[in-house]
Amino acid sequence: MAYLDHAATTPMLDAALEAYVATAREVGNASSLHAAGRRARRRVEESRERVAAALGARPSEVIFTGGGTESDNLAVKGIFWSRRAAGAGRDRVVCSAVEHHAVLDAVDWLVRHEGAEVSWLPVDAEGRLSPQRLGAELDQHGDRVTLVTAMWANNEVGTVQPVADLAAVAAGHGVPFHTDAVQAVGQVPVDFAASGVAALTVTGHKLGGPTGVGVLLLARDVTATPLLHGGGQERDVRSGTLDAAGIVAFAVAVETAVKAQQEYAARVAALRDDLVARVRRAVPEVVFNGDPVDRLPGNAHFSFTGCEGDALLLLLDAQGIACSTGSACSAGVAQPSHVLLAMGADDDRARSSLRFSLGHTSTAADVDALITALPAAVDRARRAAALRSTPR
Amino acid sequence: MRVLAAMSGGVDSAVAAARAVEAGHDVTGVHLALARNPQTYRTGARGCCTLEDSRDARRAADVLGIPFYVWDMADRFHADVVDDFVAEYAAGRTPNPCLRCNEKIKFAAVLDRAVALGFDAVVTGHHARLGADGLLRRSVDLAKDQSYVLAVLTREQLDRSVFPLGDSTKAQVREEAARRGLAVADKPDSHDICFIADGDTRGFLAGRLGEAPGEVVDALTGAVVGSHTGAYQYTVGQRRGLHLDRPAPDGRPRYVLSITPKTNTVTVGPAEALEVSTVRAERPVWTGGARPTAPVECEVQLRAHGDVVPATVELTDGGLHAELRRPLRGVAAGQAIVAYRPDPAGDVVLGSATITA
Repeated sequence: MAYLDHAATTPMLDAALEAYVATAREVGNASSLHAAGRRARRRVEESRERVAAALGARPSEVIFTGGGTESDNLAVKGIFWSRRAAGAGRDRVVCSAVEHHAVLDAVDWLVRHEGAEVSWLPVDAEGRLSPQRLGAELDQHGDRVTLVTAMWANNEVGTVQPVADLAAVAAGHGVPFHTDAVQAVGQVPVDFAASGVAALTVTGHKLGGPTGVGVLLLARDVTATPLLHGGGQERDVRSGTLDAAGIVAFAVAVETAVKAQQEYAARVAALRDDLVARVRRAVPEVVFNGDPVDRLPGNAHFSFTGCEGDALLLLLDAQGIACSTGSACSAGVAQPSHVLLAMGADDDRARSSLRFSLGHTSTAADVDALITALPAAVDRARRAAALRSTPR
Repeated sequence: MRVLAAMSGGVDSAVAAARAVEAGHDVTGVHLALARNPQTYRTGARGCCTLEDSRDARRAADVLGIPFYVWDMADRFHADVVDDFVAEYAAGRTPNPCLRCNEKIKFAAVLDRAVALGFDAVVTGHHARLGADGLLRRSVDLAKDQSYVLAVLTREQLDRSVFPLGDSTKAQVREEAARRGLAVADKPDSHDICFIADGDTRGFLAGRLGEAPGEVVDALTGAVVGSHTGAYQYTVGQRRGLHLDRPAPDGRPRYVLSITPKTNTVTVGPAEALEVSTVRAERPVWTGGARPTAPVECEVQLRAHGDVVPATVELTDGGLHAELRRPLRGVAAGQAIVAYRPDPAGDVVLGSATITA
């Protein structure tokens, strides 16, 4: 099998898995006062320090959560509620048009249930946000804005955003800036303090850690109203017994991925560039999506003109190639990607897209397998799609 | 063979897929998303369009260890089945949407796409037999037999279809599902029309077609005996819910004899006026052998689970003509007439056509 879906989830690192198992064998609630509790707490706090050091944050800025979706929801809703409560008439969210659904749907929920106003930040044809555009938006609405949220790197097309520039514009208007860095950590350099963002989402399973553990880095001067109430763990922002084993494994994975980032990016980007060049040679009429330069090293995203992405996925799956169409709803029906639509693609091009994402276990053999299977699959998918547009 | 198993989320299609796997085929499961907004059709186990059904189908595919995908056929389904259903009623006919779905969706849009993607055939959980001789026969379980709604399939469509359940009763299918560890073993059968979740066909049609008040006329006297709010709400043979203002002179119950959309009139009359001995139909298909050039002695069925009567059937230029040996009541335009040849190994579907008069 050629696994080309590392952006969905990537294999756990051995070191992380071993750390998980070792910690999971130990009893102890990190909130307990006795020796077992103290041992668990020590594991958690050491992990917090390791994560903070790896990501340029202070330990007190690390809030452990149940993963990327929770961190995004906590940032978007929590900062919105907190800022609305603190400021007169602040009810607006500024959100990029290409966010993951964990941000997009949280913002949408605020609009539908909390009376929030929203400004969508558009992207250009390569999926890039514009700091000037953000500046203009904040010039107009700045005193009413609760937060700006824009991802560090896009999960579908791989475009890396000018996060520090965007955060600086937001800071200039006194507005906290949240970034979903789920796809970015371990792939590109991410430094919380240097970036100037107020809140940053990370999840474990995209970088070799376990699923179900993540963090929200939350600057000390920013408050978020909690989503979960209970024992008051994590600065009272996120109640719930701390998952010591998951947290220890997460810290190992973050530290390892960040330490290896440069070397990893160089190796995987070279593989990716080879993949892109060979796909373009092997298949006629293919569009390479996303920013050609500022992009995630493992991401290759194409529109195969005249194909339906889900048909192509089925055909490649049958050949042992795992890839992704990008976005799917809960019923599993392929929807045209909102990211590509925001980049100006029409419905057909949006539906004709596939993402191949490489990761730490990827090899040249994976790329070879794809190039072997792809031309016939595209050919077949094109014929099937042509048939669909012909009425009986 | 490389086959595509259409998996509704029910017990039949799950066992059909399992049997295809066991027969050595390379099986891929597909659930058809037919509702434009699945939430609106969310009614438990009634139809085949809910998110629960999609999950049940996925779970069954996972247990069988086969790939599984959801194909979005909502637009095609809406145009070819739902809109057609409404238009047929508006035209005074009584459509069978399951038959139309087989003809236009499962064994057309889905089959065509499957073939284009390299599959050899489509596997479904219909209760009907289709053997090596290529003949479509009734299921051994006559109460569950679905050959009527499959009789519309052409030779080309049948040649790319596999029905693994025709030799089993529903009880056997459920028992096998339980034995195979398929969670849908006890799932209730689907009933009624999958896109009318509450079963209120009149309300559904009224919502689409609006109110259109008109007269109910007695066929014998020509007198107006009542009023209605939409002729599309009536089906030939219907007795209940006529709400007539005046009783019949003879005091006997009256039935809907015909619907005339042009004048928005519902014509009623006594039961014997419903009796039909001659049936004309259009768009015939003939799969039970060579296309006959002379009249054929056979049996015909004029609605799903309806009575079967001996008849002489003749294919005419673009149509089908049947003389029934015994008159039938409640023959509605829009339904299919299906011709069967009695056979101890399962009655064979000879052909079918859509009743016009």
